[in-house]
Amino acid sequence: MEPILFFNELLGSYGLILKGILMTVKISVQAIIYGTAAGLIIGIILEYGYPPLRYLFRFYVDFIRGIPVLVQILAAYYILSVIGIQLSTLGAGILALSIFCSSHVAEITRGALQAIPKGQIEAAKSISLTFRKTVIYVLLPQALRQMLPTWVNTATEIVKASTLLSIIGVTELLMTIQQLISRTFLSLEFYFLVGFIYFLINFTIERIGKGIEAKVTIA
Amino acid sequence: MVYHFNFSAVWASFDLLLYGLGLGFILALVANTIGVGLGLILAFLSISPNRIYRLIGTSYVTFIRNTPILVIILTVYFALPQIGIGLGKIESFIVSLAVYAAAYLAEVFRAGLLSVPKGLHEAGMSVGLSRRQIKFNIILPLMFRNVLPSLSNNLISLFKDTSLAAAIAVPELTFYARKINVETFRVVETWMVASVLYVLACYLIASVLRRLEKTFALPV
Repeated sequence: MEPILFFNELLGSYGLILKGILMTVKISVQAIIYGTAAGLIIGIILEYGYPPLRYLFRFYVDFIRGIPVLVQILAAYYILSVIGIQLSTLGAGILALSIFCSSHVAEITRGALQAIPKGQIEAAKSISLTFRKTVIYVLLPQALRQMLPTWVNTATEIVKASTLLSIIGVTELLMTIQQLISRTFLSLEFYFLVGFIYFLINFTIERIGKGIEAKVTIA
Repeated sequence: MVYHFNFSAVWASFDLLLYGLGLGFILALVANTIGVGLGLILAFLSISPNRIYRLIGTSYVTFIRNTPILVIILTVYFALPQIGIGLGKIESFIVSLAVYAAAYLAEVFRAGLLSVPKGLHEAGMSVGLSRRQIKFNIILPLMFRNVLPSLSNNLISLFKDTSLAAAIAVPELTFYARKINVETFRVVETWMVASVLYVLACYLIASVLRRLEKTFALPV
């Protein structure tokens, strides 16, 4: 342990670390937004879609959930360039994380939709709402409330999974720290620091989630 | 663009992939076993009436659950030797995975312990069992049978997390897949085979565990 050396290094490189944090946040936010949008649609299809479409997405969700995120990231990174889709390392990473996120959100959406009593749909039908209106005005408001805690969990999972992008060479927070370590050899201090930063990010997300939950819950 | 599939390079090293898959499963199993022990202790800490014990239990769980597993793996493997705790690749990976699993399992066990009705505890006391006997002969067996589904989900997700061992060059499936990938450039085939292997393995583990759950489930 070299506390003085470490603080000196920290003073010199906090700009880099901040940049890394911003990158991690940027990656996570994009992946969560794309993944959630796709996941909501897939979840609705899983519950109410026509059988062929439903089976197709059932297969998609089960398949993606059976593969480790790291394999998805590596596969996206290597395969896309070979089959001629030009995406940056960052793009491939965000794509892989979004796919991962979409499968999880799809599953929790389906679960939340399933938990809504059948009477709700019957009531919507009886006042002749179209299916689209039923989804938007009746089902989603209830489902979204139901899935909020699990969704917040998924969001923190995505932040944690974003560290894996360092393996394909995206300079997010972990990669930045690793570069600092290879320069300064202060591995213990910096690894603890990065663990603590991730903890803070996720803890903040959890708190915000709890706050929203308290606001939207119908007592 | 047309891609010509050629699986021969992947088949040539298929045994390596299977070996990696087996190693991953063993790693997950060992880490899970250690994690169950540690998680149980943490769960008892976090429901204890003593405030300090409770604080230790809950802060461990909160901190580890909010830290990426890759950071834990790298810390254990690269940083701990600095303070004199040098572990081999496989040992340090098992330690990291067990530490990570313990936090998740502690939550599972805590919920499980709370779900055992209080009346059973009182019933145990009324027939004159000691606190130890109540814990080991009444509460724990019931809790374990209650939390079996969560336990098996946890094992499957640990199995998927073993892919991260590739980051510290433990030769499991992802490690070999990367190796075959860069040596033969059969990119699509390699990752397809690796993904399918993972999915099949997860499916297999899940169906065996569901069987076990059914065998041990509490009669309703």
